[in-house]
Amino acid sequence: MACMLEAPLRISVLSEVTATSRHYVDRLFDPDPQKVLQGVIDMKNAVIGNNKQKANLIVLGAVPRLLYLLQQPTSSLELRTECAVVLGSLAMGTENNIKSLVDCHIIPALLQGLLCQDLKFIEACLRCLRTVFISPVTPVQLLFTDPTVIPHLMSLLSRSQRTQEYITQIFSHCCKTPEHQMILYNHGAIQNIAPLLMSPSYKVQMQALKCFSVLAYENTQVSMTLVNVLVDGELLTQVFVKMMQRDRPIEMQLTAAKCLTYMCRAGAIRTDDTCIIMKTLPCLVRMCSKERLLEERVEGAETLAYLMEPDVELQRIASITDHLVAMLADYFKYPSSVSAIADIKRLDHDLKHAHELRQAAFKLYASLGANDEDIRKKITETENMMDRIVSGLSESSIKVRLAAVRCLHSLSRSVQQLRTSFHDHAVWKPLMKNAPDEVLVMASSTLCNLLLEFSPSKEPILESGVVELLCSLTQSDSPALRVNGIWALMNMAFQADQKVKVEIVRALGTEQLFRLLSDPDANVLMKTLGLLRNLLSTRPHIDQIMSSHGKQIMQAVTLILEGEHGIEVKEQTLCILGNIADGHTAKELIMTNDDMLQKIKSYMGHSNVKLQLAATFCVSNLIWNEEDGEEDAATAHKGDDTGGNPVARGSQERQDKLREMGFVDILHKLTQASDPNLCDRAKTAMQQYLA
Amino acid sequence: SLLSAPIRAAHHVLTTNKRPPPAPAAKASTAMSGQSSGCGFLTSVVVHGDSALSEQEKELGRRLRRLYPAVDERETPLPRSWSPKDKFSYIGLSQNNLRVHYKGHGKTPKDAASVRATHPIPAACGVYYFEVKIVSKGRDGYMGIGLSAQGVNMNRLPGWDKHSYGYHGDDGHSFCSSGTGQPYGPTFTTGDVIGCCVNLINNTCFYTKNGHSLGIAFTDLPPNLYPTVGLQTPGEVVDANFGQHPFVFDIEDYMREWRTKIQAQIISRGQGLKVGNNSSPFSPDRMVASYLVHHGYCATAEAFARSTDQAVHEELASIKNRQKIQKLVLSGRMGEAIETTQQLYPTLLERNPNLLFMLKVRQFIEMVNGTDSEVRCLGGRSPKSQDSYPGSPNPSPSHSASIHSLASPAKPSGSHSYLPGFDSSCSNGVAPGRPHPSAHCPKQLPSTPSNAELNTINSVRSQQANACTSGDIDMEVDHYSNGVSGSSSNGFLNGSSKHDIELEDCDADMDPALPRRQLCGGSQAAIERMIHFGRELQSMSEHLRRECGKNAANKKMLKDAFSLLAYSDPWSSPVGYQLDSIQREPVCSTLNSAILETHNLPKQPPLALAVGQASQCLSVMARSGIGSCAFASVDDYLH
Repeated sequence: MACMLEAPLRISVLSEVTATSRHYVDRLFDPDPQKVLQGVIDMKNAVIGNNKQKANLIVLGAVPRLLYLLQQPTSSLELRTECAVVLGSLAMGTENNIKSLVDCHIIPALLQGLLCQDLKFIEACLRCLRTVFISPVTPVQLLFTDPTVIPHLMSLLSRSQRTQEYITQIFSHCCKTPEHQMILYNHGAIQNIAPLLMSPSYKVQMQALKCFSVLAYENTQVSMTLVNVLVDGELLTQVFVKMMQRDRPIEMQLTAAKCLTYMCRAGAIRTDDTCIIMKTLPCLVRMCSKERLLEERVEGAETLAYLMEPDVELQRIASITDHLVAMLADYFKYPSSVSAIADIKRLDHDLKHAHELRQAAFKLYASLGANDEDIRKKITETENMMDRIVSGLSESSIKVRLAAVRCLHSLSRSVQQLRTSFHDHAVWKPLMKNAPDEVLVMASSTLCNLLLEFSPSKEPILESGVVELLCSLTQSDSPALRVNGIWALMNMAFQADQKVKVEIVRALGTEQLFRLLSDPDANVLMKTLGLLRNLLSTRPHIDQIMSSHGKQIMQAVTLILEGEHGIEVKEQTLCILGNIADGHTAKELIMTNDDMLQKIKSYMGHSNVKLQLAATFCVSNLIWNEEDGEEDAATAHKGDDTGGNPVARGSQERQDKLREMGFVDILHKLTQASDPNLCDRAKTAMQQYLA
Repeated sequence: SLLSAPIRAAHHVLTTNKRPPPAPAAKASTAMSGQSSGCGFLTSVVVHGDSALSEQEKELGRRLRRLYPAVDERETPLPRSWSPKDKFSYIGLSQNNLRVHYKGHGKTPKDAASVRATHPIPAACGVYYFEVKIVSKGRDGYMGIGLSAQGVNMNRLPGWDKHSYGYHGDDGHSFCSSGTGQPYGPTFTTGDVIGCCVNLINNTCFYTKNGHSLGIAFTDLPPNLYPTVGLQTPGEVVDANFGQHPFVFDIEDYMREWRTKIQAQIISRGQGLKVGNNSSPFSPDRMVASYLVHHGYCATAEAFARSTDQAVHEELASIKNRQKIQKLVLSGRMGEAIETTQQLYPTLLERNPNLLFMLKVRQFIEMVNGTDSEVRCLGGRSPKSQDSYPGSPNPSPSHSASIHSLASPAKPSGSHSYLPGFDSSCSNGVAPGRPHPSAHCPKQLPSTPSNAELNTINSVRSQQANACTSGDIDMEVDHYSNGVSGSSSNGFLNGSSKHDIELEDCDADMDPALPRRQLCGGSQAAIERMIHFGRELQSMSEHLRRECGKNAANKKMLKDAFSLLAYSDPWSSPVGYQLDSIQREPVCSTLNSAILETHNLPKQPPLALAVGQASQCLSVMARSGIGSCAFASVDDYLH
């Protein structure tokens, strides 16, 4: 019964509200301009802080009328200003409000309004524009559509503290791409905004600072300009350093540190500059401390990770600063059991930030451990670290997974960690799960390291069907995934037993293998050649593989040697030939191919020593005597596990044939080569003739 | 023989004004080593003839004062070097007790040796910091850097025993009163600079390595720890920096953070103090009201009392009397001030001969200055000026400046000196910061020749001070509207209008022309009068001594005053400060307090008392080891 009574009541309340809202809108159409003005003012007072009222007015069509009044040249300035104020108030509501406003073309109307001379009106328009532009639902491109807008905004910067605050805030929110950066830069953003850093208004200072952080981000040109800017006779970097003083508001310290970080990463400040080592880095570490707000800790950690990513010295300093590694462990403790009991609001807050905290911590760990073995050890020794990574790899949030796998990848560069903690925690398991490409790139890259021959994880990974996974990666559209897939296979094939090699060839299929040999990505090609080389090592393997795929392989080799490729590719290919030449039966594939022999001969006389070396190595294998088997001719690369006895009965024949073709003369010449390696190798080969 | 006296006095002044000769080195070092020596702070480690070192000492003093302004070194001296007395025998000291080297066998941990600094870390530092540079790691690099309490065994490395804390170079572990260390930071070795920071607010300690903070090492530290280093193998050498050189780590930045924290706490506590609860004499409203009454800002006091529903505890007439006397004193009219006081409070000066003497000495100084009316008359100026400016005189410096005069630090906190100089901040007509409606504010213009002449006897400073006169004008206007005033232009109930007008004359000196300063205004008659007055003063002093016994303060006061005559230009002489109008303020406040006492009103307003109590509280905190006192200076809140 109660429900029955309540329903109609609610409807009547709603209709009442709509009725009053209707009244407000109706008054906008009054013929008396004075009454319209009063109507707008009343509307302003009615909507402040009242989201329902705002939504009602928008539904009832107040916006187009307000915009009309705002643009009408016959409207009084006061009316136009009040309209802008009401629109600004409506924009303060929900995202839906903003969408409706943008749909009504509020942005061009307000931008047009900025051409007016009246400061109050301009400020009201800017305030509304600001509110609209900082919303995530507004396409930032709308600021850049009209090329006259940015220069006009620059000129308005001098009008008042309010215009300064709003315009810089619009800039810092709308500058999202390198193109945006350059538009602002080319319109004098730096010169116009730099003096605002000294503004007496904290808000203006902060927005100006934020502007510089978005302008400098990954932009060398802007950053290079910034380091030479003087503000009140002081270098901008010094101004930023002052803003990082520990008694300044946290927001200011953090944003100033971001500016310096971006300038440093863009190459405008050296990583060993005092302002980076002694000021920015410690400031960012402080931002990670427990005393800071969760948002600040996230931003601090991410910025710090970005700052030190390429510099091992910064990584070393950060790793000893304020127990950073241990401090980060705390990032995983949200929501804590305490927060759940304490109050529901806190729990909600913690939950909201928990993912962000975790991914930020993983990123920072990844950056910290990128280069230094001791730091990696310190990280893996942090309480529950490996468990956290493993569970991070399986989280639903892609951001967390990606950061976790990045962290794992960074740690996987350590031989010692691969041998110990990685194996203990079976970290490879979650890596093999299907995931979005961005995660897979990192995961497969990590797998590459886990499949290195000394990794104890190699065996269990193999058993879990990694070959299929990697082979499927080589078919990906993403070059990064193809590289990682073939790279991991290459690592897997290194010194592998026959069974594994056969499995790889089977799973990959020769067709795919040859497709990869013509891959547009040079990296893919190199790793595929590497895989071939690793497959073609130790004599029985060489003979077996060549007996089943010899023809295609020889074709592919010919194709590459004839194609337009870099020295490294050709060198790798010649090494494959060298390996083939080491087989018992396989070498006949070369000996019977005069065209190939001619190619080898010409590479022996190539201008590049590396190619000469590889070709000589190949010839040396072809003429090898069975008696003199122990000397290892394969020294160039890992995987060149060749050297040994050619078939005795054929060696004389081959020697004769090669002599006829003029190889001996070339070898003889090469014994005089200036390169000692080449010289040695030629001598070794010549000895086979003498034997 | 009056004229000969000041010359002697002048000699005396000149010699005492010199810096004391530097203490001989030998004496200095004994003082340094004396642990309990309370005066160690003044001694130096200056070696004969080494000016670079004394420069270093000066820099040390400067840096320590800047870092630890709240520390009273007479009570709690700061560590400045290692103590040659408080060390194990295997420790050698050199380079003014800043360099430590190991001179034992260094075979086992039993050969470990430590040295403490000369003094414990005072709590009033708030945040204390020192650095140690590893000159050489020696054989094994077993250096330990840290803190220990007095009496902890020195045949050990810091950290191994109770009340001992250390960070060791060989393994990077921290030792918290225990033989087993905890993993703490990186190892350190030759060339590294290790810093140790003690936070006396939360009793924690962190270390730095080459300027990078390594994070908290110890918590719950006990008070009165000494900087300590320990060495264990031959060849180990370390240098200390207690402030002799700039630190590698930016400790001042860290201090800024804590100062901001403490001040934010103070402000958040202060917000609980609601204005409006007037039950306590220390409620903000009543403190403000009583302060205004005390200093005789009657119109403001009345208005304030009205708006806050309070009663004024003194008759308005009485307030105005006091205000009038104050104005006379502050404008240098001492003779009239004394006369008026005797008229209005007949028994006051009779019962208080020392006060009278002080007033007379001031009168003498004003005679030298040429401001006292007795010599001014003789200076040939018309005492009665025809143009009566309604502006009221007020040559005292602006209010905020006078409040700052109590910022003078290091006043001995004796029983009655709660308020060093607070009373000097009196007698501006209007509370600072109040906007002055300027309708009734005719600018004082130097329109008559006599005024122009007057300029010559006023110091530049008092001219500047006149800039705040407009505020007082408002106040006087208020008096009219209150209907209290009589017919005299300034509305003083009991005042003689003649004097009032003169007062205005003398203060209507806004002429920017440089004053020509001459003794007693340059008049021969005035000089004679002054000398005569000086003789009277001399005999009064002798009389006083016979009656009341010796009084060192009086003696010095007279000597200083007479010394003025020893210089051809007293204003720029070493004793010339006495002529400064700011020196009228303590006289004025003493007189004001004495008058209030006769009315059974507090000698000091509760506001001043509260300020004094706060200052006192801070020094009690310092003594009780509460470090936050370092960042809560009362001066910071007296804008």
